[in-house]
Amino acid sequence: MTTYSTNEFKNGLKIMLDADPCAIIENEFVKPGKGQAFNRVKIRNLKTGRMVERTFKSGDTVPGADVVDAEMQYLYNDGEFWYFMSPETFEQLAADKTAVGDAAKWMKEQAICLVTLWNGVPLSVEPPNHVILKVTDTDPGVRGDTSGGGGKPATLETGAVVRVPLFINIGDSLKVNTQTGEYIARAKE
Amino acid sequence: MGHENDWQPTAPLATLRLRAALLARVRGFFAERDFLEVETPILAHAGAADAQLAQFMIEDPIHGQMYLQTSPEYAMKRLLIAGSGSIFQIAKAFRQGEAGSRHNPEFTIIEWYALGYDDKRLREEVCALIAELLPHLKNTPRTLSFSAAFKDTIGVDPLKDRTDELRQSAYTFVPSAKHLTLDARDDILDLLMSQAVAPRFPDHHLTVVTDYPASQAALARVRADGLADRFEVYCGALELANGFYEAANPRQYADRFEEEARRRHERGLCAVPADERLLAALGWRPLPDCAGVAVGFDRLVMLAVGAAHIKETLAFAIDRA
Repeated sequence: MTTYSTNEFKNGLKIMLDADPCAIIENEFVKPGKGQAFNRVKIRNLKTGRMVERTFKSGDTVPGADVVDAEMQYLYNDGEFWYFMSPETFEQLAADKTAVGDAAKWMKEQAICLVTLWNGVPLSVEPPNHVILKVTDTDPGVRGDTSGGGGKPATLETGAVVRVPLFINIGDSLKVNTQTGEYIARAKE
Repeated sequence: MGHENDWQPTAPLATLRLRAALLARVRGFFAERDFLEVETPILAHAGAADAQLAQFMIEDPIHGQMYLQTSPEYAMKRLLIAGSGSIFQIAKAFRQGEAGSRHNPEFTIIEWYALGYDDKRLREEVCALIAELLPHLKNTPRTLSFSAAFKDTIGVDPLKDRTDELRQSAYTFVPSAKHLTLDARDDILDLLMSQAVAPRFPDHHLTVVTDYPASQAALARVRADGLADRFEVYCGALELANGFYEAANPRQYADRFEEEARRRHERGLCAVPADERLLAALGWRPLPDCAGVAVGFDRLVMLAVGAAHIKETLAFAIDRA
């Protein structure tokens, strides 16, 4: 197992902390006059998403976490697991609800997602930044209103609900920003 | 990899111009006071004893293992013993692994030794230099003992509290350290000082901390009351200077070198040869009565321009060096 000294700490480094895989978000070197140096580190727990702050003695070592990001194609979900396939090896993996989290409401079959794997097991899933999804339910469209002011809720084929302009109808395809959950435009499809 | 996007200076050119002006003012300050400007080697056969410092090592085909200095202290002390009189130096120093918003592994120190001074007189001179370079700092510096600094900010007595009490305080005031074992009393004091006490010092204001416990004396004189004639100058939480009424007793040097070598060994750090030439000089004649101090010049520039990161004061910080 790789170990890292605090000297090697940098943003994005994946380490093990309290038996959980974590990523270093911010690393600050603190040192008083002549004495012991410390690294004050902001860390994100990759399992829970929670941020913690930890102080290390400079020179201490921590085990690295075998965490890699892989682009994988989303295949389907069977109610319990979401299945992904590597486009290179065609290897399939199942991700549970905790790993998929909010990504579930943006993922359409075939979508290429970023799957973070810890020891080969999906830890988290990120949907593409932009997705195109069909509207399955919304109030009837108001013709001629292209102002976008006000708006109304629309339910998409994946179950996500976004705020859309009044002229949107059931069956329209929309381009949506998955990071903000905001409608971008009507997609020609 | 291309470097189209990272060849530029990390400091604005205006800051580099100010940096040059400040350096000129530093030289003027010492010229007025009759200090001799000296230059000592930054590449030397011996390294610093201090187990807390990691040095860059360089192999020379003729001279063997060499070290980049972590401070010009030892060489300047040899000059003092040789009879130089009061001296100052603006020197590059190098410390491995020290990188962050306030640290660059290569940095600039203003170091000076004043004959016939004690720590109190030197403290005043340090504050006078800082006031000349940073006229925007208001008010007179606040001076308080190490003990008072702890009591005033976090209500902890760093001299009398038992080690287990101090450890508890460390966990309380620095919750992010609660998983650290913290056996050594001095490690606890270092943690509290850097992460609980100094961060509570007033911003834009100099705080001078004096009377360090003997365990943190380094090479300062230790008085009969068990406290050391060492001081540090902070601006807010930013440490600017570390000074001593220099120990005269050659024994203290030899003991400290041995102590630090032992500490290095305990921590599995590589051994660094003691500076035998300094020890030889001290054996020939004691260090003249003097006080000495090191001031972090890059940090003064940080304060002068209000920089949040030391790289904004350097032509090319480590990542672009």
